[in-house]
Amino acid sequence: MDVRSAIKDKLGNKIIDWQEKSTRRSYFSIKKEHILETVKLLFHTLGLRFSIASATDMPEGLEILYHFSFDAAGEFYSVRVIIPDKAHPEVDSITPLFPGAEWIEREMWELLGINFKGHPNLKRLLLSEDWPEGEYPLRHKDES
Amino acid sequence: MSWKIKALTKSIWVFHLSVGSCNNCDIEILDCLTPRFDVERFGIQLIGSPRHADALLVTGVATRKNIPRMKKIYEQVPKPCVVIAVGQCAISQHMFRFGYNAPLPVDKILPVDLYIPGCPPKPEAMIDGIVKLVTKLRKAK
Amino acid sequence: MSHKVIVPIGPYHPLQEEPEFFQLYVEGEKVVDIDIIIGYNHRGIEKLSESKHIDQVPFLVERICGICSSSHPYAYVLAVEDILGGEASVVPERALYIRTIIDELQRIHSHLLWLGLAGHFIGYNTVWMWAWKYREPVLDMFEMVTGNRNNYAMFKVGGVRRDIKDEDIPVLKKALDDLVPALGMFRGAVMDDPVIQARLKNVGVLTKEQAIDWCVIGPTARASGVNIDVRRDEPYGVTDKINWNVIVEKEGDIFSKTVVRILEMYESVSMIRQCLDKMPKGSIDADIQDIPPGEGIGRVEAPRGECFHYVKTDGTNRLIRHKVRAPSFMNVASNKVAAVGGTISDATITLAAVDPCYCCTERVAVINKIDNKKILNGWDLIRLSQEKTQKLKLQKR
Repeated sequence: MDVRSAIKDKLGNKIIDWQEKSTRRSYFSIKKEHILETVKLLFHTLGLRFSIASATDMPEGLEILYHFSFDAAGEFYSVRVIIPDKAHPEVDSITPLFPGAEWIEREMWELLGINFKGHPNLKRLLLSEDWPEGEYPLRHKDES
Repeated sequence: MSWKIKALTKSIWVFHLSVGSCNNCDIEILDCLTPRFDVERFGIQLIGSPRHADALLVTGVATRKNIPRMKKIYEQVPKPCVVIAVGQCAISQHMFRFGYNAPLPVDKILPVDLYIPGCPPKPEAMIDGIVKLVTKLRKAK
Repeated sequence: MSHKVIVPIGPYHPLQEEPEFFQLYVEGEKVVDIDIIIGYNHRGIEKLSESKHIDQVPFLVERICGICSSSHPYAYVLAVEDILGGEASVVPERALYIRTIIDELQRIHSHLLWLGLAGHFIGYNTVWMWAWKYREPVLDMFEMVTGNRNNYAMFKVGGVRRDIKDEDIPVLKKALDDLVPALGMFRGAVMDDPVIQARLKNVGVLTKEQAIDWCVIGPTARASGVNIDVRRDEPYGVTDKINWNVIVEKEGDIFSKTVVRILEMYESVSMIRQCLDKMPKGSIDADIQDIPPGEGIGRVEAPRGECFHYVKTDGTNRLIRHKVRAPSFMNVASNKVAAVGGTISDATITLAAVDPCYCCTERVAVINKIDNKKILNGWDLIRLSQEKTQKLKLQKR
């Protein structure tokens, strides 16, 4: 069974929408409660490689994309999670599942202010010690 | 010319301080040491400690995290010393000027004696810059 | 009771490039834990690129890293072309060939650079000088094709900015022919040297399982037996139209990382030769006018591994999000397992083995954790490493 149908099969109706941008690029949205389960499935069960996560400040909330690469076929799967609560954004940390996600979660925490629940070492990665608390450089200020 | 300045113009020992650069200037500085350019012929050497340095070679845009450390390193260099800003970033902050993490240009933090422009400056330009600096120091009273 | 000693490494070092701070926790000679502190080089490029025109961003992203200054713009234009429907459907064929030539030339120059620095760290300054000597002709090729030794400014959305002139092609081929015997000599000198083998074999081992867990990429992963290479898995440029091999080694130690890099240079030379032979005539730029709203991902196999760019556009001439993930971001974190368990004299080369894009080993001060008294300082970590090689050399005689 190929990876695409395996994901659709295992996650079932937890997938909110599925977009195929091309044969190599698939984006799908899930609720933030299901992120641990999804990452476990993609990383441990299906053996995809975690490439990176990227967070964006969108009008409808903070959007995190977890990018997974299936290298054997050159396919790329991006899991989209939207956190509507911009004042106190929170999502489960995926670092306990595998250590490769530690740095990027620290980066998103300091640049966009997303709190990762259960992260073992949530401290500053890039910004200096005197950077003001509560100031997040990648947040868009003028659109609220 | 005081003997201290005169000593400064012979076999310049350089401490290389990268404060948020993109590697290019740093690589071209190392390139000066390798066989094609070989500035060690003139006694110019990269050294590991600022306490032995005659010149401080600064590359990069001086990011927020680096500024206190730059000042500390400058304090460690025995005076008189020269500070050389290598590359466009160190001179004018280049395209990072409006970034949130590059508050000050290098010459607002350290007293810069020589600017070597270029992105990155070629090794020839750096050697030329050093020659100009030495000539200027020799003329100084 | 053994007590832990902290060895801070960094943040400034005269040989490696960017500032970077490591804290090694050592017990006796053994490294028991490591703390990596980065951020000295954070310039806020992701935010800056949101304020630039889509066509200006390649100039910004090629200044992320000077060594991979073709990988970042390449990955960025691939990401924008992903919105437009993919590189192959947009870009003229000649431009694809030129892109691959630049990308592979850069791989040769970057691997030579790393080999030189690695040679310096283990006390072989001859290797350093050799490697950088043979790197100069590669930079000359760059200067001929792009007009600059570094920061090539070749990539734009829809094509490349400069053509390769017909009269330059024989000169490039001649330069490549001269490079191969130099590489051969280099390979013999590095791979057959018993002292280098003694220094690098079984040092800083990253097993396949660790490599997968830490999501490492590029030569670091391939040396651990993880068979990934973006050039094959998701072809870009003309990497699917020419013959080449992915080099994979199994041991995961620093010696395999060195072998992977040396052999990859041969593959790159052969790729450039094939590109120069097969390059068709034609235009080099598709002249793209509008970028529709959407999101795209571009991936390029930089010399250090997969370089990832994600862009999101809204139909205007600016980006609303640009995420850059340089390969070292994943590779450097894996030092946490590779360096732990080794000795302190092997730490320098282990930390350098992932080919990090930053500096590491300056201002070394070994500080006793209990009374905070300095025991060693300055340059001593590299010296420790170089002395170990000297001892081995004497033993082999």
